[in-house]
Amino acid sequence: MLIFEQSVPGRTATTQYPAKKLLTHPIPERFLRKRPPELPEVSEMQVVRHYTRLSQKNFSIDTHFYPLGSCTMKYNPRVCHTLSMLPDFLNRHPLSPDEYNQGILACLYELQEILKEVTGMQGVSLAPAAGAQGEFSGVAMIRAYHDARNDTERTEILVPNAAHGTNPASAVMCGFKVREIPTDEQGDVNLEALRQVVGPQTAGIMLTNPSTLGVFERKMTEIAACIHEAGGLLYYDGANLNAILGKVRPGDMGFDVIHMNLHKTFSTPHGGGGPGAGPVGVSERLLPFLPVPIVINYDGQVYRWLDKADCPQTIGHLLAYAGNIGVLLRAYIYARLVGREGIVRIAEHATLNANYLMQQLMAKGFEIAFPQRRASHEFILTLKQQAKNYGTTAMHFAKRLLDKGFHAPTTYFPLLVPECLLIEPTETEDKATLDDFINALTETLHEAETTPELLQNAPHTLPVKKLDDVKAAKMLNIKYTSSSQV
Amino acid sequence: MITILSFILNVAFNPSNTETTYYLMPYIPHTQEDINAMLSAIGADSIEDLFDEIPPELRCHQLDNMPSSLTEMEVVQLIRQRAAQNKQGTCFIGAGAYEHHIPAAVWEITARGEYYSAYTPYQAEASQGTLQLLYEFQTMLANLTGMEVANASLYDGASALAEAILMAVRLTKTKSKKILLPTTVHPMYRQAVSTIVKNQAIELIELNYTKATGTISPNHLPNDISKQYAALVIPQPNFFGNLEEIHELTNWAHQQGMLVIAVVNPISLAILTPPSEWGEKGADIVCGEGQPLGIPLSYGGPYLGFMCCKKAYIRQMPGRIVGQTIDLDGKVGYTLTLQAREQHIRRSKATSNICTNQGLMTTAATIHMALLGAKGLAQTAIACHENTHLLLAKLANLAGVEFIFDAHFFHEAVLKLPKPVDEVLIQLAAQEIFGGYALQHHYPELKNCLLICVTEMRTKQEIEAYAEALQAILNN
Repeated sequence: MLIFEQSVPGRTATTQYPAKKLLTHPIPERFLRKRPPELPEVSEMQVVRHYTRLSQKNFSIDTHFYPLGSCTMKYNPRVCHTLSMLPDFLNRHPLSPDEYNQGILACLYELQEILKEVTGMQGVSLAPAAGAQGEFSGVAMIRAYHDARNDTERTEILVPNAAHGTNPASAVMCGFKVREIPTDEQGDVNLEALRQVVGPQTAGIMLTNPSTLGVFERKMTEIAACIHEAGGLLYYDGANLNAILGKVRPGDMGFDVIHMNLHKTFSTPHGGGGPGAGPVGVSERLLPFLPVPIVINYDGQVYRWLDKADCPQTIGHLLAYAGNIGVLLRAYIYARLVGREGIVRIAEHATLNANYLMQQLMAKGFEIAFPQRRASHEFILTLKQQAKNYGTTAMHFAKRLLDKGFHAPTTYFPLLVPECLLIEPTETEDKATLDDFINALTETLHEAETTPELLQNAPHTLPVKKLDDVKAAKMLNIKYTSSSQV
Repeated sequence: MITILSFILNVAFNPSNTETTYYLMPYIPHTQEDINAMLSAIGADSIEDLFDEIPPELRCHQLDNMPSSLTEMEVVQLIRQRAAQNKQGTCFIGAGAYEHHIPAAVWEITARGEYYSAYTPYQAEASQGTLQLLYEFQTMLANLTGMEVANASLYDGASALAEAILMAVRLTKTKSKKILLPTTVHPMYRQAVSTIVKNQAIELIELNYTKATGTISPNHLPNDISKQYAALVIPQPNFFGNLEEIHELTNWAHQQGMLVIAVVNPISLAILTPPSEWGEKGADIVCGEGQPLGIPLSYGGPYLGFMCCKKAYIRQMPGRIVGQTIDLDGKVGYTLTLQAREQHIRRSKATSNICTNQGLMTTAATIHMALLGAKGLAQTAIACHENTHLLLAKLANLAGVEFIFDAHFFHEAVLKLPKPVDEVLIQLAAQEIFGGYALQHHYPELKNCLLICVTEMRTKQEIEAYAEALQAILNN
């Protein structure tokens, strides 16, 4: 039942109103609304009960294993939330003076420094609100760099065909044409094909490493040389940074610009789809172009924001204010808990978990997309045989796993591998959970062979059964209309 | 028993053991036995072997510039200290971010792990809580703005305006890439818009306000620009708090073949004309900042961009959209819909590169709107408006203070001081009062002008204290 359907005229949560004031300074009628907006009229308890009950219809990390490839659904430590919600952080107006926000600025400055160290980059801006905004800023910096050198013929961004959909979308937002690069059979970028298309029109390349195929790009040094020799720059999509923390750094691999997804690697909550934070890091030559504002500490004493006046070549602001500060604080707290000793363990145990799952599932008869390779922190299964033989697709497997109490892995991404599941266990899951997941997936495999309709009609045990997506798009209903409005 | 005891003694009294056992394994549940069993299943001798595909020359050393790990207790101490280093002040700054009452239930519920730690609801059947909530949010926003449809949120007000402009350019039949952007639109929104759209050959043409009113004058609009522009942006209230002549501006823009993009404050919409009723045809795209709906100031983010539009334009709207549908048994359920617009399907041809919305902020805003309802929001709007008038009435008596705009306003207003505004603000801050926003940094012509907002949170005593403090500073 919708909150609107519980509405009764005249019922209210009056405790939440400010003390009643009359409009003694009238606003002319042409500016005023004629009817009040239709919002629910409900009591406080109804609201609390309704949204508590709704929450119970969700899977979440706190309740379920979430082996969602490319999303790094690790445990979100409670303390990061509790501390970032301290009143002295929450009540800060974004336009209040820097001198009155030294505590928060110190955290942000140190986070910039930590991210520089972790990525091997020379400068970091925390401004982007999400990975996609980080990507946009990164590509915009590549463009600004070439423009500043009057190198204006560079119109193309190269993107491997396995890349995240945001990569080409971000490149287009910055006015570039996108050219796709094929991947070889081993999952590495096809170097020959790359060499053929690199030229004076190349502005740069966008890479994820480990790639979205769940393997480390072994020809990294050759790719970097090839792009740099042609005058292009290398962009690192930080989606898979969790896999290499403390092992290898994008800066050392030759990347000029990188975005990080703090809601993945630094364990800030996904929140049902945001808010994220997508800081960008750059090499020396891109420093002048970083998005603003950036926290600086000249004298070791006072922190302050650098803005457009201080950074004349910046690509500019991305949001009205400084960034998703609450998210950045959570990431900072997480980084301090993990520390230099812990950071490398993250990559190690995430990789251990992924390789264990991959080997065990292979032993159970699943087809692995790149069986001859090490898994990074994630790997791909293909269910093309099951789809062909039993009519049970990757989506059917995914939905059936929900019945067994596991969130589905990422399905149909990357697009290169047919009927694929991209599986990322993260470092925070224990062996017993992984074993349960292996059993559930294996059981599903047997079900596919014997009772495929069990998969095809799944899920069976959730608040709703399989939903009709076609109807949702064709008979569009995206807003509740009450009987009084009809 | 003996082994347990010796283990405890070993760990507790051998510092090096303590380190390896606890400090180095934050949130990693593996025991050494687990690790051994897993390695053996993999057929690897050590975890290090799993990284053997990384070329050795690329490997890095320990990250010495990263601080050492802390226990939760140490982190609590550190962060409490940092929080205490932020100095307090009574806030009279608005300028796009507003301190409102947030019911305790809003964040109690929002912070539940089932919302907090859930992913984007791609697996609809396992995400009915988030999806139904987003459907309710879309309905609330659509009802508040009067528009036919709303999306499930964008990053913030500024980036939402940028997306609205890109959307208008996609929609316009004239292929124009010019946008009329009044200088009464939040200057920081204009900065962000410029960053986001400038690489797509979109021209932002400024439209200046009339000095006397601090609004765009409908009498001075050009009449011969038919089809030259894709859209006109109309802020209501505008950055100065002033009310624009929305009806005349909307009608004019439509006559010139432009779309109208409204930028609105959701609290104001509890009492102000919804954009759907601006002029004869209403605004085409509506966007704004949802922060006033239950989201703390948080030093600027995370906030909540929102976007609504006419139904005919929905296929060009960016961001997540939730639709109602039915399941195999005919039971009502909710799912992400019209995903063919989005980057994960359309890649380089997507409406935007946006992946996430501001899920958790949307959750808070939805609960906030449900708790306050139309009456609570209207009373909040009126209380802010009256409080602002109360302060202005007190300041009007101060020698040399001028109100430079002759306009109607909502909950925020501009006054000109007889002294350098930055110095006045520093002196006010020293008395724990954040006195407002100095406009001259973005509007050089508004030297020593102060933008002041008084929300419902400010008490009569705080308002009086502000007036007295300012009087003392100005008399000095």
